[in-house]
Amino acid sequence: MKTENQKAWFFVLPVLALVAFNALIPMMTVVNYSVQETFGDNVFFWQGLDWFQQILRSDRFHAALGRQFLFTFLILIIEVPLGIAIALSMPRKGFWVPVCLVLMALPMLIPWNVVGAMWNIFTLPDIGLLGYFLNHVLGISYDMTQDPVAAWVTIVTMDVWHWTSLVVLLAYAGLVSIPDAYYQAAKIDGATNWAVFRFIQLPKMKTVLTIAILLRFMDSFNIYTEPFVLTGGGPGNSTTLLSIDLVKIALGQFDLGPAAAMSLIYFAITLLVSWLFYTLMTKDDLN
Amino acid sequence: MQKRSIVPIVYILFLMLPIYWLVAMSFKTTNEILSGFSLFPQTFTLENYATIFTDPSWYWGYINSIIYVTINTVISVAVALPAAYAFSRYRFLGDKQLFFWLLTNRMAPAAVFALPFFQLYSAVELFDTHLAVALAHCLFNIPLAVWILEGFMGGVPKELDETAFVDGYSFPRFFATIFVPSIKAGVGVAAFFCFMFSWVELLLAKTLTAVAAKPIAATMTKTASSAGYELGLLAAAGTLTIIPGAIVIWFVRNYIAKGFAMGRV
Repeated sequence: MKTENQKAWFFVLPVLALVAFNALIPMMTVVNYSVQETFGDNVFFWQGLDWFQQILRSDRFHAALGRQFLFTFLILIIEVPLGIAIALSMPRKGFWVPVCLVLMALPMLIPWNVVGAMWNIFTLPDIGLLGYFLNHVLGISYDMTQDPVAAWVTIVTMDVWHWTSLVVLLAYAGLVSIPDAYYQAAKIDGATNWAVFRFIQLPKMKTVLTIAILLRFMDSFNIYTEPFVLTGGGPGNSTTLLSIDLVKIALGQFDLGPAAAMSLIYFAITLLVSWLFYTLMTKDDLN
Repeated sequence: MQKRSIVPIVYILFLMLPIYWLVAMSFKTTNEILSGFSLFPQTFTLENYATIFTDPSWYWGYINSIIYVTINTVISVAVALPAAYAFSRYRFLGDKQLFFWLLTNRMAPAAVFALPFFQLYSAVELFDTHLAVALAHCLFNIPLAVWILEGFMGGVPKELDETAFVDGYSFPRFFATIFVPSIKAGVGVAAFFCFMFSWVELLLAKTLTAVAAKPIAATMTKTASSAGYELGLLAAAGTLTIIPGAIVIWFVRNYIAKGFAMGRV
């Protein structure tokens, strides 16, 4: 049981100060931009909520948002089941466990633009390993700079390569915490593999899977660097995800007002969906 | 060898393929890369690496990255330790709200903050310093470190604290000599994650630097575009960015699964 102690605030003050400096001041700057219009020279005009209305009604925003949801949806339905399946088939103890874990974690430790560059080199049609194999060995015409479907397959595969290990490691951490006695009891009861999974392993993985799904949602919804380096949003606008579009508006066109309004809408959607996921997944615990 | 171990093996092979290709490319000459497909380097060369290790604009990129990542890791873990202790041991006004607010900072797209960060750090005259990047990365690393450490601290029984106080330990002495050593695995894991996320982040690091503190990842993008298609050089630089991560991960290998679960399994 935790004790009530208001002095604990002193312990969190340094954290509060550092995070507030980095979070609140830039956030206020964004809010400030989102309600004003500027023509440069630091002259600003009050604009009210016009930018918000304009963004919410624009087709371009709807298209980017749709692509973003599609991307995140694909990521979650591929990476979560795949990660669980791999974790289930991993050895529980022995020499190979740390070796597997280290190798699996490796993609997550590569700088994000290097990930993009690496996949670019890997998929070049005539001189990349994957591109050459698809085009010249299997005879499938593949060029992600021309074909939107190929571009989508490539960015999704890249993300599966980059982040499935996060789900594997989380699910694995949940699995190794299950005492052997549970499995022995299940064996005595004559439980099937499916029953063991459904009634022992899955409930034990619940906390860590909640973390996994939340992290994968947030990170895939905010993804920027890897697809930007790999496809630059193309061909056309077919892989222009929300953050790529945002940076185009903010730094490419320097439309600070609309970009700021879009940032806030973007952030609000991320928060809302994260909260929904969290509430749904922890609903049973509350009852 | 059991039959089911085929799944992890296939998965690891899939993970290693693009990495192999990057490493193989780094030992090829630009000529060989552009002239056609070869599975192994035919004319094995170390020229790409030689360029990086002799050109200051290249190797300073690595030094800059390592400097700001180290500063960030030290700051993040140092301030997160007492905060995580407060969250794991005490109830105080607004504790749940504060914890949740800290976590929301992980949800903010970095793209949203790029321009305001530039203005903020220019205003406090830290632009293009290692400290600027180290402080900016605190935005997402401190909440993460608090989260992980709080998970590990929850596993330490409260009796440890009470016994120490009965034995006459002062709080700072108890914290430094008994409590922190008892969660040193957690400290290692938190430090590893701060290192990792600071190392892989590029957007903010690039926005906040120009010359003096430019990270390696930014050096790569620039040189690759201005020099046309120097794929061999790009591959060598990319290969070298994998090494620090591979080294630090080896130290926490036994705790890594628990670490990714934020200590709460």
